[in-house]
Amino acid sequence: MADDEIILADLSDDELVMQMHDDLYDGLKEEIEEGVNLLISRGWTPYDTLTKALVAGMTIVGADFRDGILFVPEVLLAANAMKGGMFILKPLLIATGAPRMGKMVIGTVKGDIHDIGKNLVGMMMEGAGFEVRDLGINNSVEKYLAALEEEKPDILGMSALLTTTMPYMKVVIDTMKEKGMREDYIVLVGGAPLNEEFSKAIGADAYCRDAAVAVETAKALVLRKHNQMNA
Amino acid sequence: MSQDALTKLLASNDWLMADGATGTNLFNMGLESGEPPEFWNVDKPDNIRTLYRNAVNAGSDIFLTNTFGGNASRLKLHQAQGWVRELNRVGAALGREIADASGRVVVVAGSVGPTGEIFEPMGTLTHRAAVEMFHEQAEGLKEGGADVLWVETMSAPEEYAAAAEAAALAGMPWCGTMSFDTAGRTMMGTTSAAMAEMVEKLANPPIAFGANCGVGASDLMRTVLGFAAIGSARPLIAKGNAGIPKYHDGHIHYDGTPELMGEYAVLARDAGVRIIGGCCGTMPEHLAAMRKALENTPKGPMPSPEDITAKLGAFSSNSDGTGDTSNDPKRERRNRRG
Repeated sequence: MADDEIILADLSDDELVMQMHDDLYDGLKEEIEEGVNLLISRGWTPYDTLTKALVAGMTIVGADFRDGILFVPEVLLAANAMKGGMFILKPLLIATGAPRMGKMVIGTVKGDIHDIGKNLVGMMMEGAGFEVRDLGINNSVEKYLAALEEEKPDILGMSALLTTTMPYMKVVIDTMKEKGMREDYIVLVGGAPLNEEFSKAIGADAYCRDAAVAVETAKALVLRKHNQMNA
Repeated sequence: MSQDALTKLLASNDWLMADGATGTNLFNMGLESGEPPEFWNVDKPDNIRTLYRNAVNAGSDIFLTNTFGGNASRLKLHQAQGWVRELNRVGAALGREIADASGRVVVVAGSVGPTGEIFEPMGTLTHRAAVEMFHEQAEGLKEGGADVLWVETMSAPEEYAAAAEAAALAGMPWCGTMSFDTAGRTMMGTTSAAMAEMVEKLANPPIAFGANCGVGASDLMRTVLGFAAIGSARPLIAKGNAGIPKYHDGHIHYDGTPELMGEYAVLARDAGVRIIGGCCGTMPEHLAAMRKALENTPKGPMPSPEDITAKLGAFSSNSDGTGDTSNDPKRERRNRRG
């Protein structure tokens, strides 16, 4: 059967969505774009297309990444495929006023060039329906704070891959405290040399072991924050 | 061609001790977070001399230069990409000075860390650009008098191969380790077994290969067992972290004791490792304890995974990704295009 070409347009909605989950898993960008266009043309809302096809598919990718079944190269391919779908959906989502999960500002701290993990988190967060402003690498405390003022996000994410740069996260958090703005944001930190205890010691809200955990944590903490605001 | 200093030392010793941490030690001397440690080669050379001398005095046969981030890609963050050659040359020259003054043979290993970029097609780094960057750094290290290049903390086999090619271009002998920090594999998914096989296929293979950094000493030893299972004749390197980083009063502190690192060193030697050192958090007192343990503990049998966890603590994941995975649960997949 493997030789048989699958014609996406011939599949029922349910089968197409299942196929898109597999195609995301395999990082097939063109197929994902085709699938998104098909669902929209069949009258699916952009929001349903995002959540049921793309987000649900990336959740499978995220779980297998978390469990050590997929690794960075596969996840980058999957995220690239998802980006193809997102590119089509983004203007439609805005036009239809679809609900958003929340907003995140993310960047690698000063002195650190390593952005693989940070990019994965950004892509997986977008895949989970968050709006993401990526500040790139080598961010000073001034750059983080300016982006927070400008974007008013729910979450600040900081990444460091080196023991020589990870203490800089505390500089950023301490400055936020000094300016009385620490409590306005959820602060998530991650990177290979970090751990839970370190994140507590520097005053972050949570340490995220990998991109999949970052998405789970972000969802839970944003929900809690919104509940507190409405209480 | 005359033999390099490391090959000579390996020929006359069962094991050699390498050095410990660079970053952790420099922080204790006042390095600010976010600042490139390589600048200190020029700005605070006495601190770098102290770093090297402490490793030599603690009994290291090999120490790494303060040039880990000394490639154009990383130095560009600090607008210092034009300084690659100079920072590496000086970093190695300070090392040469300390090694020559030690009164014994000590190998100066020119540290070469990753570029921080991802290779094509996922990323933008081309093989050619990577080779060029590593070659530039290698020439600086060679000029400063490094005995060997020491490629470390690699995740991508492509980047490891690029460094091998650069070493050949510079005419430098080299060693190379990867960092296995993600469920027993490197971040890019390479297993210990895959690395051992990849190394033998290189046109310019290293003198020795192995693992550094990662997640604590237990995981690193499990990776070593993975290398040993392949049975490569090439000397193995183990440079594990002294435990896990903790934050105390503005300082990073690793929780592994000198005694634990002594146990780790003996286990590594018993597993057949020829070059044993530490990585992050490994201070001179750890090195001294490792040297003492290696000299005073008779060689034991190949350790089992149980021996490792009993002495060094639990592994961070159930499997290291090697071995038979055919019984692992597989996701139900639909047929798709080949």
